[in-house]
Amino acid sequence: MSEHRDGNALAGPLADIFTVEATTAEVQCRACGLSTTLAQLVVYGPEPGLVGRCPGCSEHVIRVATTPSGTWLDLGGATSFHFTSTATRASSR
Amino acid sequence: MVHVTRGFTGRHPATDDRLPPGQYLTDDFPVLSAGPTPAIRRDEWTFSVTDGDQALRSWTWDEFMALPSEDITVDIHCVTRWSRLDTTWRGVAIDDLLADVDTAAEYVLARSYGGYTTNLPLEDLLDGKAWIAYEHDGEDLPAEHGGPARLLVPHLYLWKSAKWIKSLDLVEDDDPGFWESLGYHDYGDPWREQRYQGD
Repeated sequence: MSEHRDGNALAGPLADIFTVEATTAEVQCRACGLSTTLAQLVVYGPEPGLVGRCPGCSEHVIRVATTPSGTWLDLGGATSFHFTSTATRASSR
Repeated sequence: MVHVTRGFTGRHPATDDRLPPGQYLTDDFPVLSAGPTPAIRRDEWTFSVTDGDQALRSWTWDEFMALPSEDITVDIHCVTRWSRLDTTWRGVAIDDLLADVDTAAEYVLARSYGGYTTNLPLEDLLDGKAWIAYEHDGEDLPAEHGGPARLLVPHLYLWKSAKWIKSLDLVEDDDPGFWESLGYHDYGDPWREQRYQGD
């Protein structure tokens, strides 16, 4: 059994990129269509990078790697992200 | 079954000379995973070689076990900075798997059960430099380390030695694999410390 954590493990690196709280965003898996929050993703890593996988089909939804040149972000496993108004307002206070 | 020991590593120089820059020695074998460990039954396992759209060869587990195998002793180096010396494996040389293959391809995309991929120059898999390994330390290769079988390319960082290997696709274009498309180096030579793009 591989060790993994929930999507809150993505909070740190995503906070460096997004101005909103990203882990509460709803994301739809491109492979199976399941909608979930980023916090509910199954996350592997942190090295060589963080890989957030769909809790339904295990395909990767988001990948984040931090290298000396900066942060690499792959959202290709998702069809959309929904940043709720609540999260957006909270981050703008 | 024929077992060949090539003496690939030759005489070992002093340990310090065997440690690439930025690496530390460990006796552990850390497990790094980008996803769940796939459960692959040997009676359902297949390994294949393709060239473009053409399927060249495919082996079942029993067919693969009937191929000539080699005992391999090599140092391995992970991009996360640990190195292990004198690791022992048994497997089949890629030279034997690709014998008599006539191809215009210059690159290989290794594909794994579970969806992982990594890209390599074809020449880095030939001339006794790479194997499909199915034993480690005299035991069946554990699933967490890539069993039933993994690619073993010890002269490059270990992310190139794809666990749970499923196929080698011979390709003309060098398309980046799983980590190579997320900031990691396209080639990954530990002696030149090619960890990330631009190194």
